[in-house]
Formats: sequence, C-alpha cells, structure tokens
Amino acid sequence: MDRAFAHAATAAALTILVILAGVAAFLVAEGAPALTAAASDLPGGKGFIDYVAPLAFGTVLAAALAAVIAVPLAVAAALFITHVAPPRIALTLGYLIDLLAAIPSIVYGLWGIFVLGPAAVPVMKWLEEKLGFIPIFDGPASVTGRTMLVAGLVLAVMILPIVSAVAREAFAQAPRRLQEGAQALGATRWEMIRMTVLPFGRSSVISGAMLGLGRALGETMAVTIILSVSGAVTFNLIGQANPSTIAANIALNFPESSGLAINALIATGLVLFAITLVTNMGARAIIARQERI
Amino acid sequence: MESSFQALGQAQPSRLLASGLDWRRRSVNIVMTALIAGAFVLAMLPLFSLVFEVAKRGIPGLSADFFTTDARGVVGGGGASHAIMGTLIITGVASLISVPIGIMAAIYLNEYGTGRLRRALTFFVDVMTGIPSIVAGLFAYALFEIFFGPGIRLGVMGSVALSLLMIPIVIRSAEEVLKIVPDHLREAAYALGTPKWKTITKIVLPTAFAGLVTGVMIAVARIVGETAPLLVTTGVVDSMNTDPFNGRMQNLAVYAYNEYRSPGVMKQAAYDKAWAAALTLIAIVMVLNVAARLVYRRYKTEIR
Amino acid sequence: MTASRPTTAASIEPATVPGRPAKTIKARGVNLFYGDFQAVEDVTMTIAPNKVTALIGSSGCGKTTFLRSLNRMHELTPGARVQGEVTLDGEDIYEDRVDPVAVRRLVGMVFQQPNPFPTMSIYDNVAAGLTLNAKRVSRAQKDAVVERSLRGAHLWDEVKDRLDKPGGSLSGGQQQRLCIARAIAVEPEVLLMDEPCSALDPVATLAVEDLIAELKSRYTIVVVTHNMQQAARASDVTAFFNLDATGKPGHLVEIGPTEEIFTKPGQQETEDYVSGRFG
Repeated sequence: MDRAFAHAATAAALTILVILAGVAAFLVAEGAPALTAAASDLPGGKGFIDYVAPLAFGTVLAAALAAVIAVPLAVAAALFITHVAPPRIALTLGYLIDLLAAIPSIVYGLWGIFVLGPAAVPVMKWLEEKLGFIPIFDGPASVTGRTMLVAGLVLAVMILPIVSAVAREAFAQAPRRLQEGAQALGATRWEMIRMTVLPFGRSSVISGAMLGLGRALGETMAVTIILSVSGAVTFNLIGQANPSTIAANIALNFPESSGLAINALIATGLVLFAITLVTNMGARAIIARQERI
Repeated sequence: MESSFQALGQAQPSRLLASGLDWRRRSVNIVMTALIAGAFVLAMLPLFSLVFEVAKRGIPGLSADFFTTDARGVVGGGGASHAIMGTLIITGVASLISVPIGIMAAIYLNEYGTGRLRRALTFFVDVMTGIPSIVAGLFAYALFEIFFGPGIRLGVMGSVALSLLMIPIVIRSAEEVLKIVPDHLREAAYALGTPKWKTITKIVLPTAFAGLVTGVMIAVARIVGETAPLLVTTGVVDSMNTDPFNGRMQNLAVYAYNEYRSPGVMKQAAYDKAWAAALTLIAIVMVLNVAARLVYRRYKTEIR
Repeated sequence: MTASRPTTAASIEPATVPGRPAKTIKARGVNLFYGDFQAVEDVTMTIAPNKVTALIGSSGCGKTTFLRSLNRMHELTPGARVQGEVTLDGEDIYEDRVDPVAVRRLVGMVFQQPNPFPTMSIYDNVAAGLTLNAKRVSRAQKDAVVERSLRGAHLWDEVKDRLDKPGGSLSGGQQQRLCIARAIAVEPEVLLMDEPCSALDPVATLAVEDLIAELKSRYTIVVVTHNMQQAARASDVTAFFNLDATGKPGHLVEIGPTEEIFTKPGQQETEDYVSGRFG
C-alpha cells in the first residue's frame, strides 16, 4: 500500500509533465499548418509573419503601457501600506488592493467600455489639444473611448495588485536595523525610505513588474471588449484606429473561423505563449538571483 | 568637569530649533508622503468605481426570471439559468479534475520528490502559472479536435481548459500548506511504526486540511469568471444543457460577454442582463474569497 | 574643553552651527511605556559631558529603552510613549516645537548589530549623514569629512584604499567602526551606544573600547552594556538599572563614579549585581 501511494503521487507528477508536453505538442501540431501554408491562404493574404507582427506589436504595446502606469502606482501604494499607514489597518488595506485581483476580466471589460471609456473621452480631447505634438497623443481623439489608452489603463488596474503584493513583501522585509540606522542619523521618513527600503526592494519590484507584464500580455477579455480594432500599427494611444492584440484577435475571430484560419489563430497563440514564457522566466531568474545574495 | 559652555548655550537662541530640518528637506518629505498616500487612494478608486457601477447597473437586470429561465427562443426576455448551471457544471468538473491531480502532485513535491523529476516538475509548474488563459483554451480545443474533428464544442472541453489554469494554483498553495506542517509531527508518526502513506493521509493531510480547502476555494474563485478559454471551447448557447459531454454549454462570464456583443433588438435589456451576470459573478467570487478566509480561521489546527 | 581638533577639520565644517562642544544631558522623572506596559519608571540622572557613562543591569531592565529615549528613537515604536523631561544642554528635547529629526542630528547612535548601508560604498556610508544634513557640500569638503571621521574611528588606514567598496564587505569590527565614523561625521554633541561590542570578537571589542576612550574628549558618550568588566574598564560614570520582578518597570538604582560603584556601592542591590550574585 505504501508503494502504491508513492506510485500514485509520482504518477500525478508525471501526468502534469505529460499534460504540458501534450499542450506543446498539440498546439504545435495544430499551428504548424499555418506556418507552412502559402501566404494567399492565410487571413490577410500576406503570410504568417505579416499576420502576426501587428498583433504582437499591439500585445506588447498594451502590456507595456499597462506596466508603465501600474508599476509606479503599485510601488507607491505598497510603500503606503508598509511605511506610512498606521500598522493596525495595514493588513486591511492590503486585502483591499488584493481584491482588485479577484474581479473577473469580463467585468473589467464591461467597466472599461461602459464606465471608464466615456469618462476618458474629455481627457483624451484635452490631451489631443494640449499635447498633440507628442506622437502618442496624435489624435483625433476617439469619441467612444475605445482606445489603446483606456485599454492600457484597465490592464494597469488589473496588474496593479500583483506588482503591489510583490513589492509589499519586499518592503516589509527591509531590515529594521538599517531603517533605524538611517533614522538615528536624522533622516526624515522619505529619506529613510529612499536610503534603505527602496534599494533593498529593487530587484523584487523588477521581478514583480515582469510578472505583471506577463499577466498583461496574456489578458484577453478586457482588451477584446474595449478596443476598437482596425489592425493599424500605430503608437497613437487616443485614436479610433488601434492595433489588436494576439489574445483579443483569437477571441474575436475564433468562433467564426474554420480551416486554415483556425490554424493561423492557434499559431499566433503559440507566439503569445512564447512571449509570456520568456517574460515569466526572466522574472523568476531575477527572484532567484536576489535570494542567493 | 562641567561644561563651561552651559552659559553660552543659554544665551544663544534655541539650538534644537535652529539646527533642525531646513525647509527644503521638510517639504520634500511632506510632498513625497502626500504622493505616496495619493497613489494609494488612486489605486483604490477603480475598486470602488467597479463595485459601485456593477451594483448600480446590475441590479436592474436581476429578477426571478434571471435566475430561473434560460434564453431559448426568447427575444429580450429570458434569463441566465442556463449560464448559472453551466458555471456550476463546468467549474465543478474542472475542480474534479484539478484537485486530485494537484494535491497528489503537491504531496509528491513535498513528501516524496527528489532529483530530476522534482526539479522538472517545479520548473514546469512555474511555466504553467504563466499560460495565458486563451492559450489554455486553444489547447483544449486542439486536443479534442484531434479526436473528434473540427468544430467540436463540449462542456467538458471548457473544464479541461480551466483545469490547465487551476492545477498550478492548487499545487502552489497545497505545497505551501504542506510545507508548514512541521517535520517533528511526521517523525513522531514514523517512530510509532506508521507507514509513510498512513502518515500522510492520517497526520499530514488532516493537519493541513483547512489550508488545502482554502487553497482550492481560492483556485475556484480564480477560474469561475474565466471567459476566453470558454469562448473557444464551449461556445455560446441559449438553452439549458446539463450534460458536459454533449453539446455546448455556457458559463456566466461567456453569457455576459454574449449579451454585450450580440444584444439583439432590445439592447438595454441585454446590457442589463450582462451587468446582472457580472454582478452575480462578483458576488460569487467575493463569497468564495471571504468563505475561504473564514474556513481557514475556523478550522485550522494550531501548531505549537 | 573642545578637543584639539586638527585645523583642517575646523575649516571645512558643514554649513551649520560651528564647533560643537560636548553637552550635558539631564533626565528628570522619565517614564517610558509601550502601550499600557510601563518599561521604565521615574529615572532622574545627569549625564556629564566629555565622560563615558555606562548603563548596566540585567537584560530587560530598561537600559536600552532609556537610551533610546535620549535621541527620540523610543517613540518610533508603534504605541510607545514618553513621560517626563529630557534636556540637552538645558533645552527640553520633547518640547512640542522641537523636530525629532533635529534631535537625532545632535544625538548620534551606534547600534548593537553593525548596520552599514549595504548598497552604499564605505565612502558613501560615512558621508550619508552629511549628505542629508548639509546644504551643499563640495566634493573636497566631503572628502575631508570622510577622512576625518574614518581617522577618528581608527579605520582610515585599513580602508583608505578601498573607499568605493560596499559597506558590507568589511569584518564585523570594521563595520562597527564604520558605523561609528558615520555617526561622528555629522558632528553630534552626544554619542549613544547600545551594546556596541556584543556582536564583536575580543580583539575588535578592545579596538572599539580604545576608540571610545579617545572619543570622550570630543563627545558626551553613553554606553549600554551587559558586560560588567567592560563597564569597569571603559567608563567614568556607571548607572545601575534593575527590575523588582518580571513584568515590573525598570528603574535606576544608583549612579556614581565607576570606581565607587564597583568597589563600594551605596545600595545592596548594586553590590549584589556587580559581585555576580545575580544577572
């Protein structure tokens, strides 16, 4: 019996490895035809690379925008919880931020298009007026709010709890004696944070940011609902014409597709998987290096 | 020897006040603290807006109909009972698949694992946590397509896709909880002549029970609202279907998406129902999260 | 009274009050609390300038808590409270208008566990307080202060060729002397030391004790130590703290010239402690 149980546990472990091998194998099997097909047979008619490149661009653009917005906010919010707020309510505040992670992405999508989008329209108009010379605010500003800017904002809210949780862990573990050393020298609270807490938490923040980035890269529903897609490759964040993301593209087209189009979509899924894999592995490598110090 | 500067010190203006912070350092400190607090408030705004808006827009869509009728053959009316049932079935089957595999794998990692298999497993569980949800859906589609041909849509396909997402969460949290069970408990059992499998099932698992249940509940909460993998596997359907092995099935999230995407003639009614579904989803997720915490606190075994 | 300072140092003072002579600290009726729990009860004592005052007593009797009230570090613990008066050269450091940060500028502290900032170089560690407090310091001024402080801490010769190496790359004794250099770089009037040698080996301990003996000519020094021999060796004045029972607040039993305390103390309690009958 003892042996049987041990075998069962090992079997479970092996099953998972088999599953993953299966994922890779089946996806490659289904995706490969698109890679070898003639350009004219694929959607877009220009070959696979030309098909997936704008999508990859959109994916990375949206995720990068989300990270740029979310990371500073998350770090500051984490500092607030660990070093500014009264310790008694810090735990509750942490729960509150973590609640953002529990909300399903479809709800974020609906909120984005019905609430945030319309609210962002006047802001985007203002951006176009005052800062229109910067390419990202080139405009003309969309009147529906279904822009890359809004999608990026929603993604930022979605990944904020992840980055914040990692940052909180790190900041809470900054050694007390270093902080006291700075205080004994006559440092103000901000100076102490800057001298001891932030340097200590730096690599954790970086890896948290990359984890958040990985999540944003793979996010589907929020982007699917919010973005008004035209396939254009542009950095203009507030316009009507937006690139799509790999995930949103699959969600929009899969239900109606058949034949080679499906293979093409699956192949783009593989590309997305590769991108997120690299990002996540990078994040874990940074964590591993920090722990070794 | 007493300081003869005592007299001098009293004649001068207060040195403590004079040697204090210059206004620049003081104002930097105040500004930064304000920015940090402001960032937190900013981060909280979406949460409040979300909860408020979903409640405000979702309540009009709630009705007895919403919970008891499906959408077959109805224009503008009907409800989401099929979606609710679909959520239960798809999530239930996914749990049935994920929990045994996940917990056994966590047991392997924590109690048995050595060498290459262990390292490989840990690495790949890490990889699994990063699979985008839509890719998980594509895998399930690909798997079934090979055996059943293209265009296949089944409830159980969705469960398979969700399992792919759920398993790593269950493994990670179960591993954490098992690790916390102290070794001296296991050793006490071994010293009494208990075989390993009994030690695990009778000592370790019961001690970790509350944590395991909590981990599973949190994993369920994560996948109950998934849409993307189901779009490509279980599809969209209007009528009630309770057989996961036969025909399409829909969960609340896909229902909400569909009502938004294809609202039909009576747009507002459809949007209302989408919001109502969103509200129901949030309620389910919140209840699961809170219940998980309560279960943990109520049933955890204190380890001294 | 002010120590014979090298003239080079005098000409590159940071842009604040010039020439800081050592000052007297007077505590009057100091009671210290952590929430509702009273840790220290009714301490009244005078700490003389240019002398080393040792605070001794068994663990938990409040000597470190009392020390930390002298530079307003005690109040940083959530729920901690201070009652009573502590004056630095006649001015109450707990008065409403006084900024605690200003107090910590004048009253420096060295901790039990050496805590150089690991992400900064040796040079930057010593200059850390200076960079914070001085308005605008030229590179030359900083160089001079760093050298002066490291020399003052008896560390200059050992590190002068590797000032840019990280602060954590030194041995324990060196790290502690680095922390002392960092503390004296801002020219405090008082130096508080919380068991500065307890984490060090005997050789390093001796080096730090020698340093303390030299530093007292420039600063008022208060040292908390649980090592009676160290107190007997290195201090001029000794204050003995004790508890009536666990859970009770610590209080000052007696304070006096070190030689007296160790040879003919006034209280029986003190006699029992210094002769090793308890603690």
